Amino acid sequence: MLETLWHWVVDPFQFEFMVKALGVGVLIGAVCAVLSCFVTLKGWSLMGDALAHAVLPGVAIAYLVGAPFVIGAFISGMAAVLLIGWTSARTRLRADAAIGIVFTAFFGLGLVLVSVMPRMAEWVSARFGYLPPLLDIRKVLFGNLLGVADADLIQTAIVGGGALLLALLFRRDLLLFCFDPNHARAIGLNTRWLYGLLLSLLALTIVAALQTIGIVLVVAMLIAPGAIGSLLTDRFDRMLLLATGASVVSCVAGIYASYYLVASTGGCIVFIQALLFMVALALAPRRGLLAQFINRRAQHNAGIIRARRADTQEG
Amino acid sequence: MMYTADTPMADTPMIDVDAITVDYNGFVALRDATLRIPRGTICALVGMNGAGKSTLFKAMMGFVAPSSGRVLIEGATVAAAQRAGRLAYMPQAEEVDWAFPVSVHDVVMMGRYGFMNILRTPRKRDREIVAGSLERVGMAEFSARQIGELSGGQRKRAFLARALAQEAGLMLLDEPFAGIDAKTEEAMIALLRELRDEGRTMVVCTHDLASVASFCDEVALLNRTVLAYGPIATTFTPENIARAYGGIFNHLVFAQAGGMDLATEAHVGHGERAPEPTHAGGR
Repeated sequence: MLETLWHWVVDPFQFEFMVKALGVGVLIGAVCAVLSCFVTLKGWSLMGDALAHAVLPGVAIAYLVGAPFVIGAFISGMAAVLLIGWTSARTRLRADAAIGIVFTAFFGLGLVLVSVMPRMAEWVSARFGYLPPLLDIRKVLFGNLLGVADADLIQTAIVGGGALLLALLFRRDLLLFCFDPNHARAIGLNTRWLYGLLLSLLALTIVAALQTIGIVLVVAMLIAPGAIGSLLTDRFDRMLLLATGASVVSCVAGIYASYYLVASTGGCIVFIQALLFMVALALAPRRGLLAQFINRRAQHNAGIIRARRADTQEG
Repeated sequence: MMYTADTPMADTPMIDVDAITVDYNGFVALRDATLRIPRGTICALVGMNGAGKSTLFKAMMGFVAPSSGRVLIEGATVAAAQRAGRLAYMPQAEEVDWAFPVSVHDVVMMGRYGFMNILRTPRKRDREIVAGSLERVGMAEFSARQIGELSGGQRKRAFLARALAQEAGLMLLDEPFAGIDAKTEEAMIALLRELRDEGRTMVVCTHDLASVASFCDEVALLNRTVLAYGPIATTFTPENIARAYGGIFNHLVFAQAGGMDLATEAHVGHGERAPEPTHAGGR
């Protein structure tokens, strides 16, 4: 029995691609978790989703010109953010509408570019003698960690590791920026810089998670860990640890599930994360559903006891 | 005036608001406003909703740039004063996300960030100052509490402790008495007076006219400009208050304005101590 379990856990390691996938999965899990704490506290969930979708045209163009996909994706995402800021400043649209219109425009453009890419690739190769690799749209939309090329894995690791390091180093300033930007300004911190930093880290994280999870589901990785953490504690540093734990566990478990079920890696990871969220929601100390139920029960009973006591005293 | 005689640089006001006009895309929120608040003074900003209190506040904190005129803090620009940590700010209760995962101690430590290295690693001195500030506002025993688990008065005191930890000469307090009980208000007023006697300057934005006369030294009455500014005794007169609140014969409008404030306060759940403009207006 134990031996079977042991084989179950260890066997995948004989494949190099699984070792790499687990390594990158742990890294992506950690960086997404750290960013998700800031995203949930700042209320930037929609912004995360928008950034994820807005990278598509950049990825397409990067493939076409033979540049690293992370650079194209990052530039494209940041361009969308600038355009969102400009749109909400220059129009009477609310922020969510401005975000919605800009990121869908980027995503639409991306779909167009990807679909005409084979023809553009021909043109590029006829003109410059360089044949761009073909971009599989399903890979970008849904991710496929088990089939990522080595060059892309390296890019992912550098970007993800860098974002993780910066987010952890500057966590106190970023936390203050989320909590009380006015105070941050009043003590002379550069809140524009902090805004740019948090946004860039978010974009980098999304870019890093792109090939694992895919555009469609990456936003889940940027919300669920933070949500789990905030259910379980009301201290930020503990929230970071719990979110990271939940996220890394989901990534590893998701990769195993994906291997054995031959199922979508991103789907497995995100679904396991949602299960963890539901467990936390049910069982969290104090804020969980069960704790709330017990608490209400206790208050109700205390009320009955008080009422009875008052009755006997009056009687 | 008594507080200008014996301090060095006595002729430099703590905060010098010189003929500022602030407009938001063509809407003039404040026109030609001038205030010179000496150090060691508590000055109240009083006026109806929309009179420009928060605009003036934002201009003092450097959050909005005046389209003309200038604000100087101890003779320096607001940006320089911010960098030097001379400016502390206590937000309104409604501006704070009380569910945020930070403790009272964390919040007060944020007052020290301006003095720390780029990674905001607290040193011994920072910890001592935080502990001292918490002690001073009587919040030491609540230091580990998450901020949402505090009463209205304790919340105010936690943020006051943050302003203290910053050791700033100028403190801007936005509605410091909204949502707290009379006893806590008394204790806070006593503390603010102590701070004033130590030479700190406080600018208090308030709806609570009843408390203005009892603890402020100066008052500025606003209605899209500074209508009147000076010591309480000569400036906080029924005539001036009536001017600020739209005419002495217009009691009906006045009461409605007060009623609207009440509604706002009740809506955010801090209505334990409602503002009493009608009472003060009758004086």
